[in-house]
Amino acid sequence: MPTRIEKEARPDSLLLNMGPSHPAMHGTIRIMLELDGERILNSELEVGYLHRGFEKTCENRTYFNLLPYTDRLNYVSPLINNLGYVMTVEKMLGIEVPERAQYIRVLMSELSRISDHLTCLAAMAMECGAFTVFLYKMRAREFIWDVIEQTTGARMTTSYIRIGGVKADLHPNFDTVLKKAVDETRDVLKDVHGLLDKNKIFLNRTRDVGNISAEDAINFGWTGPCLRSAGVYYDVRKAHPYLIYDRLKWDVPLGERGDNFDRYMVRMKEMDQSLRIIEQAAVRIPQTARSHISGGIEPAEAIRASRRRKPRENINLSPNLEGSEEFRYRDITASQKGLAVPPKENTYTTIEGLIEHFKFFMSGHGIQPPKGEAYFAVEGGNGELGFYIVSDGTDRPYRLHLRAPCFHIVSALEFLIKGRYVADVIPTFGSMNMIGGELDR
Amino acid sequence: MEEKEILKRLRFKFPVEVEDSAVSLGDDVIVIAKDALLPVATFLKEKAQDYAMLLDLTCVDFRGKEPRFEMVYHLFSLSRNIRLRLKVRLSEQDLWIDSLTGLWKNANWLEREVFDMFGVRFEGHPDLRRLFMYDGFEGYPLRKDYPLRKRQPPTRLRD
Repeated sequence: MPTRIEKEARPDSLLLNMGPSHPAMHGTIRIMLELDGERILNSELEVGYLHRGFEKTCENRTYFNLLPYTDRLNYVSPLINNLGYVMTVEKMLGIEVPERAQYIRVLMSELSRISDHLTCLAAMAMECGAFTVFLYKMRAREFIWDVIEQTTGARMTTSYIRIGGVKADLHPNFDTVLKKAVDETRDVLKDVHGLLDKNKIFLNRTRDVGNISAEDAINFGWTGPCLRSAGVYYDVRKAHPYLIYDRLKWDVPLGERGDNFDRYMVRMKEMDQSLRIIEQAAVRIPQTARSHISGGIEPAEAIRASRRRKPRENINLSPNLEGSEEFRYRDITASQKGLAVPPKENTYTTIEGLIEHFKFFMSGHGIQPPKGEAYFAVEGGNGELGFYIVSDGTDRPYRLHLRAPCFHIVSALEFLIKGRYVADVIPTFGSMNMIGGELDR
Repeated sequence: MEEKEILKRLRFKFPVEVEDSAVSLGDDVIVIAKDALLPVATFLKEKAQDYAMLLDLTCVDFRGKEPRFEMVYHLFSLSRNIRLRLKVRLSEQDLWIDSLTGLWKNANWLEREVFDMFGVRFEGHPDLRRLFMYDGFEGYPLRKDYPLRKRQPPTRLRD
């Protein structure tokens, strides 16, 4: 079946196919261009190459089991996806999360936001020929992912933020690693500002290319850095404050023209603000006696000692190791029973713990939000990341819908590149930060 | 207070068309008649109400109930910082609704997605095709009667 553009194209124009496997198409997306020389007369986007039936799958999983699927939406900032989903369910259940867990969530989502922006700008700069910038930013991202890895146990597919709180407490060494990541990112941002801000090649490809007015951006449903680059003050963290964002001091950077350069600039400045948030949160996070256990004996020593007698000393276990949850749970998960996975040491050692474990995982049991529906949004890397969940009172969501921010942004691409040159597609598309997992679901 | 006001204003302006209104977990919800979608959406988008942004648009399949489908629109007012959920119920026999592409541009893809996943037809949509699935896909995957592991017949290669 011929596509729309094949039917409507002028007989003398050239049809050029970009993608789905093209080095500059970040995910897999296909753009058909109708060209008159180098100028784009019309274009047509084809999406869905990464469609995996996220919503259908989630409707057939329990509330707890579907969490890993949310990691795979925006795979550069999985923690924010976790957060969006989890907070929607918490809204339905009406749960209050401990303060320490809230701070951890903020820390983690800001780290994710930085890694998201770094990835987007790195790819965008590379496609404009600035390979150095790409390498610098990837380097900074590695340091951020070190923090994430140490805390969650995974670099990308984290599944760390859980209903009721978070999976594990922070590592005792967290502050050192975080400080390193923050310092390295600051350095890289400074270098990148120096490399790109007044770079003629970069400016030529981005200044006044891919302009969008504030009205159009709103009309297209844009949110996040892309909307703010058009000068509209809207950030979910400020408009509908969640967690502890309203207690911290930070600004919302705005652009003026809504072109590619502004989108680049807003993302760069947002990373600065995220670093500010991280630094404040890292200082203010409530410390608890249990958060940093010191003076415990090493696991190997405990095993050696256990051959002679039952060890009674504290054992120095990593906080994200299964079997070390029980005394940490009080600070990082909500107090209601049946929300978090029961601590492993109870499951393995007591019959009540085992029953609790089964009650949590058996189908027909576990987390069951009351009948009703909820929409909740967090500020994702790309903008308003909203979940709409309809519950019928069972342990599976009746309907789960994701409002993917880049869905709305990418849908404006045809409009943005119309009348421009082929070369303009690349930076325009790059500055949008299209993420296939989230767009195609 | 603001929320109550918009519900009241809508009830005053469209006494017949507004079938139900409620506040659910802090969000305003309004259920309207199918024919009223365009006038109500236009009214909400006007400067006085200023719901300038179509946040989201989706559909829910309540299989076994009548009417079976429920369209859910999330509108957002930037100036007043409030969201509104608009619902329209559709029966399976009469599965079409007016398109909002004239009011919001992102409705284009959103409606194509709903058409793709639920088979709802949008009257006045400029280019109503499947969005994620391919041409020749059989059935509507997000309907409740579409089995999770259903297989599709092999497709022919394009010439």
